[in-house]
Order: sequence, then structure tokens, then C-alpha cells
Amino acid sequence: MVGEGILKGMAETARNFFGSYVSKDRLTTVQYPEQRDAQIEAARSFPFLVYDGADWHDGMRCVACQICEKECPPKCIFIEKSKDKKPDANGKPQFYPATFNIDISVCMSCQICVEVCPFDAIMMDVDTDLSTDDRFGGLLLDKQRLSKSNEYYNAIHPTEAAAVDARLAVERARQEAKAKAAAEAKAAADAKLTAATPAQPASGEPR
Amino acid sequence: MTHLALLAQQLDQIFVLAKHWLLGFVPAGAQPLFSAVLSVVPVILAFPLLFAITTWIERKGLGRMQNRYGPNRVGPFGLLQPLADGVKSLTKEDIVPLTADHAVHFLAPILLVSAAFMDYAVLPIGRNMVIANLNAGVLFFFAVGSLMELAVFMAGWSSRSKYSLLGAMRAIAQMISYEVPLVLASIVVIMQAGSLSTVAIVNMQAAYTGIWPHWFVFTPWGFAGFVLFMVAATAESNRSPFDLPEGESEIIAGYYTEYSGFKFALFFMGEYIGMFATGGMAITLFLGGWSAPFAFLTWIPSYFWFFAKLLTLIAVFIWVRGTLPRLRMDQLMNLAWEFMLPMTLLNLLTAGAWHFMSAGLLRWFVCSTMVVVPYILLSRGLKQRKKFQIRTYHFSE
Repeated sequence: MVGEGILKGMAETARNFFGSYVSKDRLTTVQYPEQRDAQIEAARSFPFLVYDGADWHDGMRCVACQICEKECPPKCIFIEKSKDKKPDANGKPQFYPATFNIDISVCMSCQICVEVCPFDAIMMDVDTDLSTDDRFGGLLLDKQRLSKSNEYYNAIHPTEAAAVDARLAVERARQEAKAKAAAEAKAAADAKLTAATPAQPASGEPR
Repeated sequence: MTHLALLAQQLDQIFVLAKHWLLGFVPAGAQPLFSAVLSVVPVILAFPLLFAITTWIERKGLGRMQNRYGPNRVGPFGLLQPLADGVKSLTKEDIVPLTADHAVHFLAPILLVSAAFMDYAVLPIGRNMVIANLNAGVLFFFAVGSLMELAVFMAGWSSRSKYSLLGAMRAIAQMISYEVPLVLASIVVIMQAGSLSTVAIVNMQAAYTGIWPHWFVFTPWGFAGFVLFMVAATAESNRSPFDLPEGESEIIAGYYTEYSGFKFALFFMGEYIGMFATGGMAITLFLGGWSAPFAFLTWIPSYFWFFAKLLTLIAVFIWVRGTLPRLRMDQLMNLAWEFMLPMTLLNLLTAGAWHFMSAGLLRWFVCSTMVVVPYILLSRGLKQRKKFQIRTYHFSE
């Protein structure tokens, strides 16, 4: 009969209405700025630049290779490569970005920049409190605003960051071993060279 | 005891007495004008206030039905939300389409709101509290109510937008279709009361047998008439599930697509004011107007009962809105012409039978059967016509 289903439906809404006053788990709304749910680990909002150590500029992992700039589908990254080199976290001299801008009004959070980065220098952030009253400048993040420490990265994505750190440690150890081997080889070669030329005057003599 | 009764009576008539007291300060020549102003101004203040409260209740209630909190930011429990909405709509830019008919576009919301307010002229809000006791009050009510259709069409036509026009066409089709059952459902009361005056109709119902009131809703034809009237009233005020004219998924916002800022707010208010008016008419016709539901509660002022009943009806409107999805256009029309219209026509016969049979259980039995049997048959008829088939789209082939 007409109306039977209507009455059933109205009973259901009435149950919801009164139930929301009685049982707390019906109301799943989180009162956002005051209360926050724990961030899930796989969450992502916009990219940021990771730095090692204390100083954001000295510890920046980015070497301005511009792969992310080329791969970015909406073209929201703008990089200017430096003319000089600065030592990176391992002490190796590298180029660094003179300018690194991401326009987050254009960014679509696809994470492709993270996937292509060979230096693990760019990662996805979880921060969503980015609203601003300046819709141009406030949404164009420069390299200082983009830089966040490795500790922060470890805090927001612990599993992923641990894997990255382990990989970097292996790489660093290999680099060190290589450097050490090279130094030893060089020392040995030097020793050989000195042994092969005994006629050379002893050290201390002016050149 | 007599003191208490006198006090209750004075409290009941406090607004009437206050008006007479104020009129005493005015020279005799100006008294008719001032009397009109003093009657109209409270209505123009009270019902927009009720509108503001209703928007809050509606958003809170719908929220709870969907297991949400509803507005809770502006003021305690979000109570100042209507004020914030009002300020917002006042500060918004008023955009008029370049090709719109500016004069008609401007007049449509004003006509809608004034037509909605004119309905209140004949609604008895309390004992001796009616602006104009016309002896054709019910007729006046429906005549003015149909002005709202004109306003809707003015809005849709003058906007010069396809969505507005389609929305207006839908709204007009719906409002005219449901005006027929709306009026026919109220005729039973006129038959029984023998009067078109709203005051006379309420006075007839404000009597008691024992503690029970003589409300028309407590008769078979009255109950059927009340339900049919409420369904038609929901459709008349374009409320869910009959809110096709503003089906935002198909036609943006219907006839008020091209309205913004305060004109939009006026449309919004006009619809609610109109809904309160039809609700008030349902109360007047079927629920005993301002009369108390039990004989021992008559000491509570009459205007309190009117607003209590109105708020109850509003709560039901909100409840229905929170429950039912929007109908399709053909379902809407089928319900109006194949179910509502025959039911209201048969209800006229029921009311006639009730009038000519002597009081007793037999009358109850015969009249109830006359309501229930057609209801079952007609709803079966509605169901059997449903044919499920694969839809073919001729233009896509």
C-alpha cells in the first residue's frame, strides 16, 4: 500500500535522530580544529624538500637535477640550478637549487616527483592546514618554506623514512668505503712512486 | 478559582487587550488605520522570526537524522546561524542577468513574499486574534495562495535562463496539480462547518465532549482530509519529496537559479512563510486552530496552542524531508491525478454520508470503510501500473 514504505523510512530516521543523542558512536564527526584524528601513515598532501642535519640550506639533499620539474604532470615545479657547488650532507660538492618553487594551487598531489627523485630529496607532506588569504603568494611555496627536516619526515612517515634512511646509510657506507679504498690506493700508489724514485731528493727540500 | 480563571482569560486575551489599550491613544478618525497596522505588524515580525528558528531547527534535525551535529559554531548550539546567514545574504552581490527582464525579475521575489504574508490575513492565531474575519476566508486563502504561482512563473520567465524556465514550468505544473487536491481536501470541512469563515470553523472545533475536543481530524473523513491536505501542502510549498522545481542535479536551483543575495533569501523566506501559512490552514481546518487538545488544558493561552501545533507540523515536514528522496516528474503527476484526486473526491462522499447518518458506531464503521477501501484499491492500482523494462534512448541510436 502507498505509505507503508514511507512509515518504515520515517521510523528509521526517527531512530537515527534519537539514537544520535543516546549513543556517542553514532556521531562520527570530529570537531576539526579542536579535535584531530591521528594522521594515517599513507596520507599525503603536497611535496616538501628533506634536509639532513640542523641547517635547512646546508643539509638540503636536492642537487637541482630538475628531473622532478620535467616529470611533473601539471608543471607546478620551478627550479633554477646554482652556478657554484656546495658540499652536501656527505661532504661531496654538489649543485644546489638557487630557486625551488612549488605552486600548490597547481599541484595535484600525484607523488610522481617523489617517485622519480634519485636522491630521496623530495617527499610527500601530510599537512593540510594550508589555507591562506593570499591566493598567489600564499600558495607559491619557495625552497625555505618547502624545506623540512629528516626528523619531521621520520615523524610523519616512519616506515617509509626508515627504509630511505637505511638505503642512504648503505649508500653512504659504500661511498666511504670507496673513498677509503681510493685513498688507500692513492697512498699505495704514492708509496710506490716514492719507492720507484729513490733518487728524488728527500722531503723538506724546497721545490 | 474565579480569580485564576479571570487571570487565564486575561493572559489569553493579552494581545487583544494591549491593542485596544494602544488604540485608545489614537484619535477616532485614525483608528481603523492604526488597528490594521497593529494587527499586521506582529504577524510580519513573528513569522519571519519563526522562519529563522525553523531554518535552525531544520538544519539541526536533518543533521541528527543523518548522524551529524548540524550547525554548532555560531553562538551556543549554533543558534545564531540564521543571523549569520542573513548577514551573509545581505552582503552578497545582487547579480541580475544582462538579458533579464529587470522589472519583472525585481518584482517576483517581492510578490512571492507579499502573497505569502497575505495568507495570514485570515488565519486565526488565537481567540479573537485574526487580522480580518472574512466570511469567505478559506476562499481568500486559496486565492491569495495561487498568487505564489504567478510569482514563481515571473521569476522563471524574467530570468531568461533555460534552467529558470524549466524549473518554473515544473513548479507551475506541480503547484496547479496539487492545488486541486488541496482545495478538494479542505471542502469536507466547509461542508461540515457550513461556513467559509476560518473563525467560525475554529469555533466549531473548540468544543469538548468530556475531555476530548471536537477536532475534525478525529473523524474518518477529517483524518483522510488532513493527510491528503498535508501531502498536497508539502507539494504546494515545494518541499521534499516534492522539491522537483529546485532539483539541483538537473536544473541547478529551478526558478531561482538567477537570483542571488537578498533576493534569493526573499525566495527562501517566501517559501517557508508560505509553508507556515498552509500549515496554519491545516491547523485551522482540521486540528482545531487555537483550541487546546484537552478540555483541562484550556487555561493555557490560545496562541500558545496555535504555535505549538504549527511547530509540530513543521517538525513533521522536516522529518519527511529527512526521510524521503525526491520523486520523479511522472511519479509526482501520477500521485496527484491518480491517487490524490480520486481520494479527495471520494472523501467528499464520505463527509456527506457522515453528515446524513445519525451518530453512532454504524456511522463510524461505514465512513471508515468508505475511506479505507478506496485507499487500498487506489494504492494497488498505483502499484500495478509499474512496468519494469529496459529503457531505450531513441536519440542515441
